[in-house]
Amino acid sequence: MISLGKTGFIVLVLSLTAVSGWGKTIFVCEGCPVQTINQAYDLAQPGDTVLVKSGTYACVNLELKKPITVLGEQGAILDGQSEGYILKILADNVTISGLKFINAGRSYTKDFAAIYSSRANNFVITNNTIIDPFFGILLEKSHKGLVENNTVLSDRVREDDSGNGIHGWHCSKLRIKNNELSGLRDGIYLEFVEESVIQNNNSHGNIRYGLHFMFSNHDDYIENTFRDNGAGVAVMFSKFIQMRRNHFVQNWGTASYGLLLKEIYDAEVEENKFQQNTVGIFLEGSTRINYRKNRFERNGWAIKVSGGCYTNIFSQNDFVSNSFDVSYNSKMNDNKFEGNYWSSYSGYDLDKDNIGDVPYRPVKLFSYVVNRTPETIILLRSLFVDIINFSERVSPVFTPDNLVDNAPAMKSITNDSN
Amino acid sequence: MIRIENLHKGFGKLKVLDGVDFEIGSQGVVAVLGPNGSGKTTILKTILGMVIPQEGQVYVKGDPVLGEYTYRDQIAYLPQIARFPDNLSVRELIAMIKNIRGSSRDESELVDRFGLRPSLNKKLSSLSGGTKQKVNIVLTFMFDCPLLILDEPTAGLDPVSLISLKELIVEEREKGKTLLITTHIMNLVEELADQIIFLLEGKIYFQGTVKELEEKTGQPDLEHAIAQIFKNDVEDTKI
Amino acid sequence: MWKILKYSFADLVRSRWSYVYLAFYLILGFSLLFLNNDLSKTVITLMNIVVVLTPMIGTIFGIMYFYSAREFTELLLAQPIKRRNIFLGQYLGIALSLSLSLVLGLGIPFLIYGIAQSSEIWDFGFLLLVGTFLTFIFTALSVNISLRNENKVKGFGYAILLWLVLAVIYDGIFLISLVLFDDYPLDRFTLAATMFNPIDLSRILVLLKLDISALLGYTGALFQNFFQGSGVFISLGMLVLWTVVPVKLLLRKAIRKDF
Repeated sequence: MISLGKTGFIVLVLSLTAVSGWGKTIFVCEGCPVQTINQAYDLAQPGDTVLVKSGTYACVNLELKKPITVLGEQGAILDGQSEGYILKILADNVTISGLKFINAGRSYTKDFAAIYSSRANNFVITNNTIIDPFFGILLEKSHKGLVENNTVLSDRVREDDSGNGIHGWHCSKLRIKNNELSGLRDGIYLEFVEESVIQNNNSHGNIRYGLHFMFSNHDDYIENTFRDNGAGVAVMFSKFIQMRRNHFVQNWGTASYGLLLKEIYDAEVEENKFQQNTVGIFLEGSTRINYRKNRFERNGWAIKVSGGCYTNIFSQNDFVSNSFDVSYNSKMNDNKFEGNYWSSYSGYDLDKDNIGDVPYRPVKLFSYVVNRTPETIILLRSLFVDIINFSERVSPVFTPDNLVDNAPAMKSITNDSN
Repeated sequence: MIRIENLHKGFGKLKVLDGVDFEIGSQGVVAVLGPNGSGKTTILKTILGMVIPQEGQVYVKGDPVLGEYTYRDQIAYLPQIARFPDNLSVRELIAMIKNIRGSSRDESELVDRFGLRPSLNKKLSSLSGGTKQKVNIVLTFMFDCPLLILDEPTAGLDPVSLISLKELIVEEREKGKTLLITTHIMNLVEELADQIIFLLEGKIYFQGTVKELEEKTGQPDLEHAIAQIFKNDVEDTKI
Repeated sequence: MWKILKYSFADLVRSRWSYVYLAFYLILGFSLLFLNNDLSKTVITLMNIVVVLTPMIGTIFGIMYFYSAREFTELLLAQPIKRRNIFLGQYLGIALSLSLSLVLGLGIPFLIYGIAQSSEIWDFGFLLLVGTFLTFIFTALSVNISLRNENKVKGFGYAILLWLVLAVIYDGIFLISLVLFDDYPLDRFTLAATMFNPIDLSRILVLLKLDISALLGYTGALFQNFFQGSGVFISLGMLVLWTVVPVKLLLRKAIRKDF
């Protein structure tokens, strides 16, 4: 009787605050009147806050159809019991923050996720930790959301039994910031996502891609770090992309690259760092892209150009200690290299204007040979290869003869600080 | 002391030794003579194991020695040309050969006899040919070996040193040693040799004393005797 | 043998050319470190030099020493020492003194620079190991040439030719045949051809250490397995063979040769 009375009281208070426009707060804890999340959700009115205190709470497929806030205190854990989704956002203006999610379901037929959002706008997902999910945060047809400061960690080794960290499909105006994503299939996966900002995320050690997006136009990727992912970062079939100040580091692997650009049009790639990737940027059918002030350091190939790339402009980039600076698979060239710094440039600058007086040819004969017959890579850095590279530089026969940097910089432009 | 049996050696098509047999039993100085290319040095080097014959055997003190190496501590060898590692000093070279032979002989008497003391600390590369030959002589005579093999020992020596060398040879003979010497200087042979082995076309043409050779050829002295042999040889080939 | 080794080593260590060689590496080491502060980049540059230079110096020194020490060798042959030990001792004397120049000449600048604390220490150590192997291999090859050719000019010519073939011409023929026959599966042929040239072998070994294995593995599964798996051990084994076989050959020849 007493407990019923208490509940009645709470319901009264809650409805009062709802009416007055103040969100009221429902506490969930072991000793509290409300002991489960489901119970709290049932009690909550639009605009209310469910505050989850420290402790582990079972939570399976909870559908949030009201605009409420679910807050976790330190140590608040939602346990999905390995059955399905944990939280599903199905209404606008939902906030989920400060919670830890464990035991989300895993399936080969359904895309179970710790946090799932469908046709919801203005959601906020912040400061959550998701451990070993199938999908971490799965967003479908949702718009104007904020996904910030979340951590999604897993330790999967196979592509087919792992999902993506943050997965967006048919979304727009998302802000995905400061998240850490590791051990998943793709760290961030975006498909048909428009006008969004992906900033300062750290995506590392994922099985396939650190970042993977397709058919997603007008997006900005800024200050993200992609390290040690199976195949690097893949960007395909998109227009009007801005990629700035990202780090692509140590994506070493036999079929790996820092950044794969496939069918990309009208993009800006600026001030990024590509360090120790098998291929820094792999270009395929990508047109009208400006590359400025990027630093390519100690990659196998800094830039590998495959068929059908037109009107790309590379200027003021640093190419430092790459095994191959630029590789082409044809003699055709419609791209422009100008004013870049090439560490293997051996020309001189007599008039001291910091522009080399002799043009630089970034495509070596050997890279052409390796493209034709990959096994010849075994002769990398041999004296004979140095000799043929030199003779090709003197009089180009096999490499595109208009592929020249006519104003090579004498000094590094990006001035590596770390 | 030394017995050589049926020694055959050719370098390519050139036959240098064609069945050489001889025995040197007694002590004393044995001069190995013959025209250029008659195989004198080859015989000496075969005894030392430096040249490996196609056929035949060499016995030193009754034991077969081909392929062996320990018997060489019985032999001291003075090669034709003296060349040493450039960066060692004379003192170091002497110490080194002593070390290699495991001997602690005192060489100072010999060093003084050939006036080498001022050169002891000089590098071998800075010495003249004659001085190098003196070093060579010291290295040969300082070990008390029963058998000494001297290949053109007088090459490049000044008259004073030549006299010292002769004295040294005589002393060694008196100590009861066996000395095998090749030389082109007939005086030296007449003066010193107890026995002559004369090689011609890879074979022993003559073995005996100087006197016996003079008698055989009917000539008054050794020089003429040898000239006579050469002449006969030329006539033989004509026929 | 140890006595001979000691003396030819002492002789060579005091020769002017050893100092020139040592000084060359010292200057090279210091100037590379001075010009770019990146240790691992320096290791790559050094590799290019070491892989070509140590065989050349080993060849030239080996052949020059054995020709100029000809009479001294005869003096030794007249001493109560085993022939085999004389030649082994002299060979090791040259190879060791050259290796010492390499290790000290590059080691000192790098130690001063502080490689001991850096993660590149292993790559660098590996480079020195490979350089030492190449010194031993090419010294042995050139001693073989000098033992088989009385004519110094001829012998010297053969030695330089040998170096030129293994350092440049071999790779040229290798590259051309790869390009000509690229319709056929080439990976086995490629690996085998690498094994038959100690310079290529050494270059690949250092590249493997320098993290370029992924780059090499780019071309196919066999390469990938080789370069990320057993490749290092097989290559090291081949280098050992490349050292042992010429030494055996030179001793065989030395024992049968007339002086």
